[in-house]
Amino acid sequence: MSPPSTYSCRGRNVPANFLDRLRAIVLSFFLIAAFAVPALAGPFEDAVAKFANDEFSDTDEAIGLIASSGNALAFPIISALQDGRLSADPESKRVFVTGADGKIVDAATGAAVASLPAGASAVRLNNRLRRAVEAALGSLTLLSPDPAKRIAAAQQVFKSHDEAALPVIDGALAKETNKAAKSAFAEARAAILLYKSDASDAEKLESIAIIKARGDQEALALLTGLGSDAPPLVAQAASSAIAAIQSNLALWSMVQNAWYGLSLGSVLLLAAIGLAITFGVMGVINMAHGEMVMIGAYTTFVVQEVIRTSYPGLFDYSLLMAVPLAFLVAGALGVVIERSIIRFLYGRPLETLLATWGLSLVLQQAVRTAFGPTNREVGNPSWMSGAFELGQITITYNRLWILCFTLAVFAILLAMLRYTALGLEMRAVTQNRRMAASMGIATSRVDALTFGLGSGIAGIAGVALSQIDNVSPNLGQSYIIDSFMVVVFGGVGNLWGTLVGAFTLGIANKFLEPVAGAVLGKIAILVLIILFIQKRPRGLFALKGRAIEA
Amino acid sequence: MLTQLTHDIATLSRRRWLAATAGLVLGLAAFTNAKAADDTIKVGVLHSLSGTMAISETTLKDTVLFLIDEQNKKGGILGKKLEAVVVDPASNWPLFAEKARELITKNKVSVVFGCWTSVSRKSVLPVFKELNSILFYPVQYEGEESERNVFYTGAAPNQQAIPAVDYLMKDEKVKRWVLAGTDYVYPRTTNKILEAYLKSKGVKQEDIMINYTPFGHSDWQTIVADIKKFGSAGKKTAVVSTINGDANVPFYKELGNQGIKATDIPVVAFSVGEEELAGIDTKPLLGHLAAWNYFQSIKDPANEKFIKAWQAYTKNPKRVTNDPMEAHVIGFEMWVKAVEKVKSTDADKVIDALPGIEAKNLTGGTSKMLPNHHITKPVFIGEIKANGQFDVVWKTPGLVAGDAWSKELDGSKDLIGDWVGKKCGNYNTKTNKCGGQGS
Repeated sequence: MSPPSTYSCRGRNVPANFLDRLRAIVLSFFLIAAFAVPALAGPFEDAVAKFANDEFSDTDEAIGLIASSGNALAFPIISALQDGRLSADPESKRVFVTGADGKIVDAATGAAVASLPAGASAVRLNNRLRRAVEAALGSLTLLSPDPAKRIAAAQQVFKSHDEAALPVIDGALAKETNKAAKSAFAEARAAILLYKSDASDAEKLESIAIIKARGDQEALALLTGLGSDAPPLVAQAASSAIAAIQSNLALWSMVQNAWYGLSLGSVLLLAAIGLAITFGVMGVINMAHGEMVMIGAYTTFVVQEVIRTSYPGLFDYSLLMAVPLAFLVAGALGVVIERSIIRFLYGRPLETLLATWGLSLVLQQAVRTAFGPTNREVGNPSWMSGAFELGQITITYNRLWILCFTLAVFAILLAMLRYTALGLEMRAVTQNRRMAASMGIATSRVDALTFGLGSGIAGIAGVALSQIDNVSPNLGQSYIIDSFMVVVFGGVGNLWGTLVGAFTLGIANKFLEPVAGAVLGKIAILVLIILFIQKRPRGLFALKGRAIEA
Repeated sequence: MLTQLTHDIATLSRRRWLAATAGLVLGLAAFTNAKAADDTIKVGVLHSLSGTMAISETTLKDTVLFLIDEQNKKGGILGKKLEAVVVDPASNWPLFAEKARELITKNKVSVVFGCWTSVSRKSVLPVFKELNSILFYPVQYEGEESERNVFYTGAAPNQQAIPAVDYLMKDEKVKRWVLAGTDYVYPRTTNKILEAYLKSKGVKQEDIMINYTPFGHSDWQTIVADIKKFGSAGKKTAVVSTINGDANVPFYKELGNQGIKATDIPVVAFSVGEEELAGIDTKPLLGHLAAWNYFQSIKDPANEKFIKAWQAYTKNPKRVTNDPMEAHVIGFEMWVKAVEKVKSTDADKVIDALPGIEAKNLTGGTSKMLPNHHITKPVFIGEIKANGQFDVVWKTPGLVAGDAWSKELDGSKDLIGDWVGKKCGNYNTKTNKCGGQGS
């Protein structure tokens, strides 16, 4: 996709070029005199000196010249440029490479330098140059001993289909032994031939077959980019390949929607699961539920801050540490809220609603005062960043982990309710409070612990949500409506209902979104829920029996 | 135990009594202050300090307080000190109107600096018209408005959106466009203008994809996948984002995670500045773009001086600056100059004096208040760097005059705002009559 003009602006205007060169020669002389470095000013040195001009067009030229120079320093220079480790001193026109290990060398000569001059600053890039750098690195790493790098380089050539790389690709293809790298080279070669003007029709048809076999969106981009001015035979083959790829991709997009639905459902479930306890099991309309989520997210932020300043090596474990802490902080706060406010309001839903809503505003403003109104940065550990490809769909690691995490939290909660003494007491109290009290269960203690458990789980949800959303005082607000929706839809008082409800809503939303758009999709879901509640007021999984009437 | 309790009640009531007296004394003091307030000039600050918009607006409140502080150090205006009156409209649009009324009638402020969202500005407009006061509005907005009582120091669409699209078209050779925005008036109007502009440049309907999302949208998987798909049609694609506020962070995170790099599909944003980036890890965003009239990274003596003073004032050496802050800096200086020119804070006199007033902006130029109550500004395109700042890759050769009415839309292309000659905010140049569309 990179414009082929990347290397073609070499001869822009001769006088300026000549002056540049002259300056470089004079400069090199000066360098030789000053440092007695045994190097002659050649085109390579001239090209390197261009980086010091701080002009995008000069940097562009330098990249092209250096990449094609064949000099052993070309690769370190260009990869340093990509990583922002290439600096230039506009005063002396010298350019330096700071290695990944912190060692500094003069880019033109490769001689070690003790420290950067005061005026040196990193060579700037823009998107056009970044593309040029990627293309240059691609052609420079085609013969790298590391197969992963060779594959990446071949992919880069596939994208840029730069004719200049053809001889190298042909050579590499002949002696390549790694299977994956071989097919990557074959695809890159096909991409070049497809766009090469003097390639024969037979070659082009063969290329189309290879690209069609690849079958992803980049292949589609390559084929559609061919345009209609190709020879008729080729154009026909291309359009049939496009149709085949498109129908294949359409199938994959169904799979993709289903995955997105699962992922959205897991977020909904995570946000709602604490509410399924406080609202579903206890019957407290808890408008401050979202703020418990927010407090969990802020706990994560504090944990990461401490780790960043004191133990930076442990950053990848920050979330694991934040989970129990968030549970404790939010859970303790939940117990305090239950003891100080909610226990006086049992059986008065309207007052509870108002009190907890007021409480949510108080908590928001308290956090705003303590941490400031702006977003706080919660970093993603390395194992939660990036994505992998599964067939033709992209699965991001953070969503995958959140799905696993949600299911784990759900399983633990279910086991806790079923197999522990506290779980038994909770079920007893919510099913028949007076009977439970007569059996010697301290109902008010159980109430406090249940509310604490629900809040604590909301806190854990905050840890996970900090990875995909803003950590700001408003974090909770955006989840409260969705959480109530899930619990009511799934059936109040039934954890399995919450699970099914969350995934149903998630998947329905994601299948509606491509058709109706995000705004209309959301509205449609709300309307559907209203209609559903009309039909089944107790939700998907209604509790049966006398417990309901109690 | 009982005695303890009665003692408690006694102390409580004593405390309460004390508090009441203190309140009364304070109230009296305030009253006498109000009487003595003739020797201060009051400046209203109408920015949300709580609620959803607090994230952006709190900084602007601090900016105005900082500017007032600086001006008072120079001796105030007309020999009087400035006094800030800060109110909190709490991101609640009707409350903006109430608080504006309170500032003007009760606190008798001479000028108000405030509002962020267009809906809050629309909500206070009738109040400023009725009570004839002055509002300085510092945020980029959708245009299609020119009011006598409002001075727009943020960018109009032709000072931000259009130059950004021009840059992408010329420098990045973009042929396919995704216009993604939050579903409210600013993105919708801006996208309408951009769509008309792109079509006038020969872009076909099938090469434009328009997408709206609700406020605070956090699940971007489908939309990012759609953008990826739209971008694989063999033509260079770019995203023009009018996504507002909090929704940006998950959007950029999803872009980074799905591996869309700026070298493949660049995103140019109109609502993402230094403040917004302070909350994200910017490494995956390297090279994505923003269009503004100011960047903190711009090297200019005035800017460096301002950043230093601002960080000293906020006692935070890492505190960032952004575009709407600069708009308040310019607006504030223009107001000070206008008041000094007419030697009065009377609203009518100041409103008439403001057009034509010039003030140095922080990027080395001089902005001027135009008869349509918009200002001239330079336009910069910046690329996001790994440290959360922007690297300017392009700028307009000179300052661009703000158009109150867009030349791209059929409904408004004949309209101009002129409060000097025509005394009209929506003068139709075809029919030579005041009062076309709008107010």
